[in-house]
Amino acid sequence: MNLLTDPVGITHYLIVGAILFVTGAVCMATKRNALGVLMGIELVLNGANVNFVAFGSEYLRPGVLGIGLDGQLIALFVIILAAAEAAVALAIVLNFYNNHSTVDVDRADELKG
Amino acid sequence: MEPINWHSVFFLVFALLACGFAVAVLLTSNIVRMAFYLVLSLAATSGLFFLAGADFVGAMQVMIYVGGTLVLLIFGVMLTAQGPFISMKTSAGEWTLGIMVGGLLLAVLLQAATSIDAWQPAAVIEGDSRPTATRLGMGLLGARVDKLDEVDPVQRGGMSGYLLPFEIVSVHLLVVLVGSAYLARPKKRVQNSSWEGLK
Repeated sequence: MNLLTDPVGITHYLIVGAILFVTGAVCMATKRNALGVLMGIELVLNGANVNFVAFGSEYLRPGVLGIGLDGQLIALFVIILAAAEAAVALAIVLNFYNNHSTVDVDRADELKG
Repeated sequence: MEPINWHSVFFLVFALLACGFAVAVLLTSNIVRMAFYLVLSLAATSGLFFLAGADFVGAMQVMIYVGGTLVLLIFGVMLTAQGPFISMKTSAGEWTLGIMVGGLLLAVLLQAATSIDAWQPAAVIEGDSRPTATRLGMGLLGARVDKLDEVDPVQRGGMSGYLLPFEIVSVHLLVVLVGSAYLARPKKRVQNSSWEGLK
């Protein structure tokens, strides 16, 4: 198959969403900086958004009734909630930095038994 | 030779940018570079949204995500990026474990994405593009103008709009605003002695 001449389907969008999701998940798992973990969360949410928009698109599957406009509406809600989550998480990270003088998530082990 | 499908070409460009910079976010250990690569990856994703016909969501992605959330994150980076925290290396064992689990997850997801026939590209995409902002706004207000001529009663059940989630999200944003301002308040208390002096 030729990527330059063939039309794009939902599969292509799903592949991009999967790559974004997996990079975000690995980012969350491996980064030691708390802000790096936050960026991983943003990537995961973005990968999910790509899938929502692809399934809601009326151009990728002509004539098939998908989830329609719901996909875009859910994607909007995800964007809004990601903004809210980033604000709260950033406040928590700044608090942690003020109290412990570090942003290393491995140092946040005071609750360890 | 077939004519070049420009939709596919632009999709390829934006998809490569988004995935490439996402992998760059993962691979670099410098927090400032991570933030910069994340901006580029999210901006390229908004290009994918435009190509899928979601013009309003793409614009919101640029405005809220790239313009708001990422500026917030970069502020966090600037406030905490000092000395040892700019570049924190991950140990080789964690890398191996993370890449292994991530690779397995990616294999499962790719298998699922490519195995459904109905999701394969069917035909050349045609049709005039209609802006979605009005329909999205009506949907958020509770009226689904895109489903008015739906005859199937089962499908018409999905005609309820998103007024309640919209209200919940707006109150949620207010709570988050107040809560994060409270969390990030300066900790220094006014000294008692200064109060004594005022008496």
